[in-house]
Amino acid sequence: MRNLASLRNWSIVNLECADTMLKALLARAHQKHRTVGFPKQPPVLPDRWRGRPQLDAAKCPDGCRVCADICPTDALAVKGGQVELDLGRCLFCPECERACPEGAIRFTAEHRLAASSREALVLGEARPLSEQLAKALERRARKLFGRSLKLRQVSAGGCNGCEADVNVLNTVVFDLGRFGIQFVASPRHADGLLITGPVTGNMESALCRTYQAVPSPKLVIAVGACAISGGPYAGHAEQRNGAESVVPVDLYIPGCPPHPITILDGLLRLLGRLDSA
Amino acid sequence: MNTGATGFIRNGDAVVRAEIPRLGLDDFREQVLQTCENGGRLMALFGQPGGADRVRLCVVLANDAEGQLTLCSTDVGDHYPALTPACPQAHWFEREIAEQWGICPEGHPWLKPIRFHHSYLPRRDAWQRSPETPIQPGVANFFMMEGREVHEVAVGPVHAGIIEPGHFRFQCHGEKVHHLEISLGYQHRGVERALVGGPGKRTIPYMETLAGDTTIGHVLAHCEAVEALAGCRVPARAQILRAMALELERLANHTGDLGALAGDVGYLPTASFCGRIRGDFLNLTALICGSRFGRGLVRPGGVLFDLEEARQTQLAERLAQARRDVTNAVNLLWDAPSVRSRFENAGPILRGTARELGLVGVAARASGLERDVRAQFPSGIYRFAQIPMSLYHTGTVFARAHVRWMEIQRSLAFVFDQLKALPEGPVRAEAGPLAPNRAVVTLTEGWRGEICHVVLTDEAGKFAHYKVVDPSFHNWMGLALALRDQQISDFPLGNKSFNLSYCGHDL
Repeated sequence: MRNLASLRNWSIVNLECADTMLKALLARAHQKHRTVGFPKQPPVLPDRWRGRPQLDAAKCPDGCRVCADICPTDALAVKGGQVELDLGRCLFCPECERACPEGAIRFTAEHRLAASSREALVLGEARPLSEQLAKALERRARKLFGRSLKLRQVSAGGCNGCEADVNVLNTVVFDLGRFGIQFVASPRHADGLLITGPVTGNMESALCRTYQAVPSPKLVIAVGACAISGGPYAGHAEQRNGAESVVPVDLYIPGCPPHPITILDGLLRLLGRLDSA
Repeated sequence: MNTGATGFIRNGDAVVRAEIPRLGLDDFREQVLQTCENGGRLMALFGQPGGADRVRLCVVLANDAEGQLTLCSTDVGDHYPALTPACPQAHWFEREIAEQWGICPEGHPWLKPIRFHHSYLPRRDAWQRSPETPIQPGVANFFMMEGREVHEVAVGPVHAGIIEPGHFRFQCHGEKVHHLEISLGYQHRGVERALVGGPGKRTIPYMETLAGDTTIGHVLAHCEAVEALAGCRVPARAQILRAMALELERLANHTGDLGALAGDVGYLPTASFCGRIRGDFLNLTALICGSRFGRGLVRPGGVLFDLEEARQTQLAERLAQARRDVTNAVNLLWDAPSVRSRFENAGPILRGTARELGLVGVAARASGLERDVRAQFPSGIYRFAQIPMSLYHTGTVFARAHVRWMEIQRSLAFVFDQLKALPEGPVRAEAGPLAPNRAVVTLTEGWRGEICHVVLTDEAGKFAHYKVVDPSFHNWMGLALALRDQQISDFPLGNKSFNLSYCGHDL
């Protein structure tokens, strides 16, 4: 009798488990495989998305400073008739494009924004795109990190927008793990830091100590306008105008926040997994 | 519009500053304590410089049932009897006042810094710290438990995941948490101070990034304040688009939260599906304005982007697909016994505690408190289209998850309805200069809960003072209490069930 009762209970429990598992399998069939084709295929971005800005200085009326005056972070400057746009300060807001009377500034659908130097982020004179995009690491670093890059994320006072769009890289849509890139729980397990936020005074010491805890050789990636230049908070006494005030930076990914595709493109470019042109 | 002797105002109505009742300290105290004892609650309590080392304390009290707010003020010197012992809702506000203005609330049981910055009145500091000495965040007298085998666990500011910084100090005995103390301030960017003298070029970017995942919630509260001060009427079409954006923001975040909760109990199907579906909702916001977080959409006077017919159709189709997907993914949670057993008894906040603390938003509604700005202090299209309040009674992790699920379903229904009801017309009106010497309180129901902006203008129509209260400001204490007597391994689950904003608190 006891054996029959326990057999019955065992059966019920197992039927319930099978039922739950069956539902999960059916759900998976409904949800389908959803990882994006990027980078093998071009990315699909919203049609109104504000990507790399294009400047057409020939259209600027003499002495016009409308865009420079309206930009909230002074990312635009008019110097000797030439308009310059610092992507590291740009919030990718619609204001300059809307304000320009001649259409000299336009946001394009170009998602490739990451750069290896602060200077390469300044758009002005016409330069080939390939020169401005991030360079792959030199050979030795690529041997170390190219197929396995472990990053520690440090949120240093931002608004959580960049953190959210970095987090989303770990979902099935972007599946960061398939490139060997992973976020780890401790700086001691990491090859580098991915920093967001302008570096508030209250995070300065934590960021320094986290950087010191990463074994060499190490990388630093600054994601978002705040981490590159302080973003909307540039100049506030409570912060340090970006990661570079505290640690050396190897890769700059501009945006507010940068689209996950832009971040992914930057990371892959750093590892030499994409062509430059 | 004036307040009259009683100080009654409504959400989004600008009043003349001089007519805000200025009470003596005893009457002010009486007003606050009486209101809170009789079913009202404290929405905001803050100080603003009053000249000659005096500080003017302003309070916004709410009567949810009547949809009425009370605004009044009093002047204090460098100390006053604390409200917190009689009214725990004032706890965090009084700490903020102490930190910002160097005022000591005498008898406050928990007087510690909340953002770790120097006083705005350099000669005065509530903890007698010198203005020369740098302040170290997270260095405070944490309450400690004494005893054999008692241990202390410290987490943060740099956490294991991709998440904002905060410090959590647990007093544990074995696995059991006897006390959790939360210390924030790592994201303090000095935004409130920078707003004074505005509106300026950076005002909108500040509003959109106060709490970066609550762009629409905060920028909407801001724009409604500016519109009230400028006497600007927002066209109906814009009001609907704004509400749709607010609900899409709610949908994205609630979906993400349910996925994260599933992940925290190791239930990967829902975790991975919801991680993706959250992006689908974000992409719907991007369909409208180009930005997944809704940046660049809401501006004073209306919105910057419109929906032409083809876009409306696309939005409706994609929203319908997202509804099918999220329903399919979330229903797995309720069926899985392993998930239910983790959710059902974890992190409880009883209704009485929630009321005492003054919790707002999802956390309050999950403990049975009827608090929702869209229903009780509606503005914009919410005055005409009601969304039923989503309530549950147990106050556990399950309750907070279940409330999110109900809100997802109701927000979806709302957006579908509004898509069909979009009237013709412009999407933006001109917002002129702001009226001088006015005050306005604006409220929105952000996806975490009630957002409150209190804006005061000076003689030139510029911001004399700008107070932002993010829902997290009310709710962090709720998380601290929810972990009491819980297992420390349930902390990520409890934390995720609240999912509060660090930067929204720190400003």
